[in-house]
Amino acid sequence: MSTATGSTTAGGAPDTPTGPRHVTGEILTTKKVGAYQHLTLAVPDVAERARPGTFVALPAGEGRLGRRAFWIRGVRTVGGFGSAVEVVVDPVGPGSRWLAAQPAGTRLEVTGPLGRPFSLPRDPVSCVLVGEGYSAACLFPLASRLKERGCTVVILLAAADESRLLAALEARRTARSVTVVTGDGSVGRAGAGSSLADLVGAALPEVLARAEADVVYAAAPAATLARVAGAAEDAGAWSQTALEQPGPCLTGLCQGCAVPVLGEDRVVRMVRGCTEGPVLRGDRVRWDSLGRVPTETAETAGGGAV
Amino acid sequence: MGRHVATVDLPGPVLTAAGCAGTGRELAAYGDLSALGGFVTRTITLRPRPGGPLPRVVESPSGLLHAVGLQNPGLDRFLATELPWLVRAGARVVVSIAGETVAEHAELARRVGQSPGVAAVEVDLSEPDPLDWGLVETREPMASGLVATRIVATCRRELPRDVPVLAKVRPDPLRVLDQALALVEAGVDGLVVGHSLPALMPDGRHAGLSGPSLFPVARRCVAEVHAGLPTLPVMGCGGVATADDARAMLAAGAVAVQVGSALLADPTTAHRISAELAAEPAGGDGAADGAGVPA
Repeated sequence: MSTATGSTTAGGAPDTPTGPRHVTGEILTTKKVGAYQHLTLAVPDVAERARPGTFVALPAGEGRLGRRAFWIRGVRTVGGFGSAVEVVVDPVGPGSRWLAAQPAGTRLEVTGPLGRPFSLPRDPVSCVLVGEGYSAACLFPLASRLKERGCTVVILLAAADESRLLAALEARRTARSVTVVTGDGSVGRAGAGSSLADLVGAALPEVLARAEADVVYAAAPAATLARVAGAAEDAGAWSQTALEQPGPCLTGLCQGCAVPVLGEDRVVRMVRGCTEGPVLRGDRVRWDSLGRVPTETAETAGGGAV
Repeated sequence: MGRHVATVDLPGPVLTAAGCAGTGRELAAYGDLSALGGFVTRTITLRPRPGGPLPRVVESPSGLLHAVGLQNPGLDRFLATELPWLVRAGARVVVSIAGETVAEHAELARRVGQSPGVAAVEVDLSEPDPLDWGLVETREPMASGLVATRIVATCRRELPRDVPVLAKVRPDPLRVLDQALALVEAGVDGLVVGHSLPALMPDGRHAGLSGPSLFPVARRCVAEVHAGLPTLPVMGCGGVATADDARAMLAAGAVAVQVGSALLADPTTAHRISAELAAEPAGGDGAADGAGVPA
C-alpha cells in the first residue's frame, strides 16, 4: 500500500462553506438521456457546498416518507437562479419514477450536500476512476478536480447497455484513457453472460497495471465495489468506494443504512453509510457482510470516527 | 395522587423523539439545538449494541417500519462523548435508556443522573419487541410490583430529585391509562405516549410502525391519560409532522410533543414547528382551542 491517503484533503477551498442545508429547490430542466432522467435543480446555498462524492436527498412523492439519494453530477451557474446541481435519476422504483416525471418548475425540498466526499490527493498521482450506470455521475466532478491537481485520470465505465452508459464522450475529454464495458456488449468490451461486477473485475487488473494506479475511486453497486476494492488491493493501490445504501433519512439521524467497516484498531463497527460514508475506504468495508452485522462486531460506532 | 417529585420543566413544547435525531451533531447543521424544548437521545443501553441486519427502515403507507435494533455506543461512550457535546451545544438533554434487567436500569439511571446537564431521563418501556433485543419484557398487565413499575421506581430512587423520570409507553389507547396509573404510583414524573406499534417487516421480521398513521392513535392515548390524570405531564409522540399536529396534540392535553419520523424526511421539522408554535400558539383556525402550551 502506498501512503496516498496520508496526504489527502477533503478538497474544496479552505474558506468555502461546508455542511448540509435543507432548502426548497426548483427543477430547472429535466431531460431524458438514454434510460436515465437528467435533472438540473436550483438549490440556493447547496450547490456551492458540494464536493465530489457528496449527494442530495430528494423527496419521492406524496405519501412516501423516505427520501432518495442522488449523486451530485455537477454544479453550474444558471442565470437568474444562482447555482444549480445536476443529478441523474434512474427511474426504477415508484419514488424515482415520480421524481423523473416531475416537470420543470416543480419545487422540491432538497437536503444537501450530504456525506463525506472523496479525498483528493495532494500530489499529482495516478488515479483510476470506475463507475457503473448512473453511479458514474459522481465521478465527473471528481475527474475535473483530479486533473486540476495534475493527476493522471483513467476511467473505466460500466453499464448494462448503451442507454445506461453515462457520458462516455465527456469522460474522454477529461481522462487520458477511457475503457468501456457493457453487459450486452453494445459498446466497448462485450460481456454477454457475465455480471457487470465480473466484467469490471476482469477488466480492472489490466487497467490498473497500465495506469500504474496509486488510487482507485469507484461508484457502483456494492457487488462491483467489492471487486474494485479487491483489485485495488491486489495492485497495491488505495481504493475509495462510494457506496449507495437505501436509507429513509440520508442525514445520519436514523441509523438505517449501517455498513460494517473495519477500523484502524481492527474492530468492526456498524457505521452510517450516509454520514460516515458514502465514500469509504474499499479495504475497510466488510463487503461479504453488507446488510448484516458481522459476528466479530465488537461495538458500534454510530457517530464516531471510522 | 402519585409520588412524583420532579417537575418536567422545559423551555418549549417541541422535542425530538428518541432514535430519530441521531447524536445531535447531524441535526445541529440545520438548527440550534438550544432552540428546541428538548433533545431526546437515541436509546442508550449499558453495553454497546451494533443493531440489527438491513433493511432496518422501510416505507409503509403513511408510515415507516423500523427494526434498527437499538444501535448505540453504550453508556460509557455516550457519557464520554455524545452527552458532553449535547450539553455544550445548549440542548436540554433527555436521555432515553433501556435495560436488560431492573438492575441495569438502576445503573443507567444512577450514572446518567450523576452527569451534568441532564434535563430528564426517559425510560423506554415500549420497544415493540423487547425480547428480540434482550430487553426487559414490559408487556405484562401494568400493576404495582410488576417489572415496568419496578423499573420506574428504581430509576426514580437512583436519580437526583431534580431530574424527572419520564416513562415512554406503547400507544395502546385502551390500556394506556391503566399503565399511567401504575407508573404514577411508582413515582413517574411524566409520560411519553407513545412509541411505535408492533408490526412486521415485509420479510417477516419484527418491527415497529411509526409515522403519520399513528398520529390519531397517539393523540387518543394522550386524551385518555389526560382525562384520568389531568395533572400528570404527558408528551405526545407519534406522527407529529406539522404545527397543526402539535397544536392538536396539545389541545388533547399534552404539555409537549416529540417529533420523530418527520425528522427523517425533513431535518428542520422540529425547529419549524417550534418556531410556528411560538409565533402562533393557538393556530390560525382555532384548531388548538384549549391547548395548554407551557411557557
